[in-house]
Amino acid sequence: MDSKLYSNTLGYTGTGGQNAPSLLAPGMVIDRFELLEKLHVGGMAHLWKVQEVNHQGDSRLPLIMKVPRIKGGEDPATIVGFEVEQMIMPMLAGRHVPQFIAKGDFTRQPYIVMERIEGATLRPRLDEAPLALDEVIEIGSRVATALHELHRQHLVHLDVKPSNIMFREDGTAVMVDFGLSRHDHLPDLLDEEFTLPMGTGPYMSPEQVQFVRNDPRSDLFALGVMLYHFTTGERPFGQPESVRGLRRRLYIDPVPPRTLRPDCPPWLQEVILKCLEVDPERRYQTAALLALDLQDPSQVTLTRRAEKLQRSGAIKTFKRWFFALGAEPGQDRADVAERLDRCPIILAAVDTDHATTDLLQQLCETARRIVLTEPGARLACVSVMKIARIGVDNLVDAEGRSRHVKQLVALKHWARPISKSLNLEEGRLTFHVLEASDVASAIIEFAQRNQADHIVMGARGASTLRRLLGSVSSQVVAQSDCTVTVVRAAGAAGQALAAATPGARPGPAAR
Amino acid sequence: MKTAFITDLHANREAVEAVLDSARQHGAERWVLLGDFVGYGADPAWVVDQVRELVRQGAIAVMGNHDEAVVRGAAPHMRPDARYVIEWTRAQLDAAQLDFLASLPMSQRQGDQLYVHANAWAPAGWDYIQGRSEAVRSLHATECRYTFCGHMHEPKLYHVSGTGKAGDFVPTPGVPIPVPPHRQWLVIPGSAGQPRDGNPAACWAMFDDAASAITYHRVPYDYEAAGAKILAANLPQRLASRLEDGH
Repeated sequence: MDSKLYSNTLGYTGTGGQNAPSLLAPGMVIDRFELLEKLHVGGMAHLWKVQEVNHQGDSRLPLIMKVPRIKGGEDPATIVGFEVEQMIMPMLAGRHVPQFIAKGDFTRQPYIVMERIEGATLRPRLDEAPLALDEVIEIGSRVATALHELHRQHLVHLDVKPSNIMFREDGTAVMVDFGLSRHDHLPDLLDEEFTLPMGTGPYMSPEQVQFVRNDPRSDLFALGVMLYHFTTGERPFGQPESVRGLRRRLYIDPVPPRTLRPDCPPWLQEVILKCLEVDPERRYQTAALLALDLQDPSQVTLTRRAEKLQRSGAIKTFKRWFFALGAEPGQDRADVAERLDRCPIILAAVDTDHATTDLLQQLCETARRIVLTEPGARLACVSVMKIARIGVDNLVDAEGRSRHVKQLVALKHWARPISKSLNLEEGRLTFHVLEASDVASAIIEFAQRNQADHIVMGARGASTLRRLLGSVSSQVVAQSDCTVTVVRAAGAAGQALAAATPGARPGPAAR
Repeated sequence: MKTAFITDLHANREAVEAVLDSARQHGAERWVLLGDFVGYGADPAWVVDQVRELVRQGAIAVMGNHDEAVVRGAAPHMRPDARYVIEWTRAQLDAAQLDFLASLPMSQRQGDQLYVHANAWAPAGWDYIQGRSEAVRSLHATECRYTFCGHMHEPKLYHVSGTGKAGDFVPTPGVPIPVPPHRQWLVIPGSAGQPRDGNPAACWAMFDDAASAITYHRVPYDYEAAGAKILAANLPQRLASRLEDGH
């Protein structure tokens, strides 16, 4: 959506300003949409503010019409990119994309009408980089959340960059411009059309440079480039204009962010450099895992990446250059959602204070079995520390702190059999103590925010307690949008009958 | 208008019943049957009667190589197994059913759509569209925007852009794919009666011309019953087992 950045989109041959498209003018009606005002003139497309004819006032969704610039047929990239967007947008749903309204055919007037997201893209913020670290982290976590949602919908964006990111008023990140994207369930019209790698130079992942278009982890690389830039004020791989320049990222690693910005914490460098790994297998495997780390830095496992203060030496670089020569990335035919399924986030909600030993054991065993089935699974152990709804928040005082630590210790102790038997590596097991007055809501919200795939929790055992306090698990089952397994201790069968809790037996409930 | 495309039925009654049911449930208003109604399966007479009835009601049907072989006799290069099935099939059909097969056209055109069993460049030569180059060859041979064909048993969608670049795509069942008319498209729904992509479920496809969208479908059916009939008829055992494997 930003003409300036499109000019360095390789594979696209923008011809700049001439040939202002066509005969569109304010007041014209195309199909059922009236053109009101031209909002933006881009290298690839123009944006018009439109309204649907025959509807009253502004009560409806604000709309824009995107109209491609077609320059005398010599520019197939514009046309194919627009076709791709026309195919993909109707397939997408949710808060992280502009809502699709209508499209117009290439045989008449091609266009896409969609929801207008108010405000600017992230593009202008690049000029202000370096940004405050809190803001960088916030942007990263919101965009990662949006990307995970798109990946779940079988889409790889493949052009993640500030000018394609907007925010709703509530802060939800919205991805725009799907002209280079690939959807697992649609033919990839771009795959065969062009002989140059497609993407925006500074952000393109190494595998994109090598023509791989189906890996969601490419979007995490691009997000890593963005986070690097916002943190340091510099681009990690410059702004290459040639394929040869693009290939340099296969063997030359970026200057570690902490060298450019001393107050960048080691954990953030760890996160950014992990996104920028050449081999997608060494990056975060899903955007949700990245979001989780950005939201809870204390759980980031620090490796040598965190400590690095200079780029790799000449010998290592030469070695990498040598191996990058003619190396073709292995083609994994796994589709996008399948890849996500391999790395689910399992949330174990553990009530170490009140649950019986039997139940805690059963819960531990169930969680262990679920994690065991997927080698990429990540287990987030969560315990909720109840705080008073009203009254002085005493969590900052010594007592609060010690309660917090105590709970964390208990949680780690609970998970010991899992960590011992599964030998989980780097960051696959994390611990979170939440503070909330409403336990169920805290679990549901944590699961949503971290895009958990599966919640495992115990049913409250003693029926008097349940009668007084209500069932936490039944509220979680009813209100969360992922799979929930409610575990009961063996021998609690009689009580199970009393509980109107779906999925009351150990074992995964239906998704 | 929603048109159901069914091809390579191969005398498999159980599969055809399941496909017809599924297409009706999805609101099919028009039917196009892309050939190979007989061969391999144990119910040639029933399947031919179904096709004949649909044609009487306005469906379009074109001839496949197995239909031709049953009418004209097995081609000299056919394997003994295949030859045996052709002769067995011929014996199952009455004169009216054979006449119906003999009367089928090699291809049919309606507006910007071409219906043909094997390919557009030489329908009677029965060459297969094995990949992009054959798909392009076929699309070059017709001015129609949309070609629908069978012969290949695996579902596939080919497309050619204005610049002549071709692509291919293995469709996901049940997901409508936009197929705008400024490209050329070649649709292979996949075999109803003898799927070969490792999935035993029967194939068919629905084209919605108002929406310019094609949806590929898969329907599970009782392949064990179909296989048992093949064995009971003393047809080659492999024809039964491959239904279960989908190969």
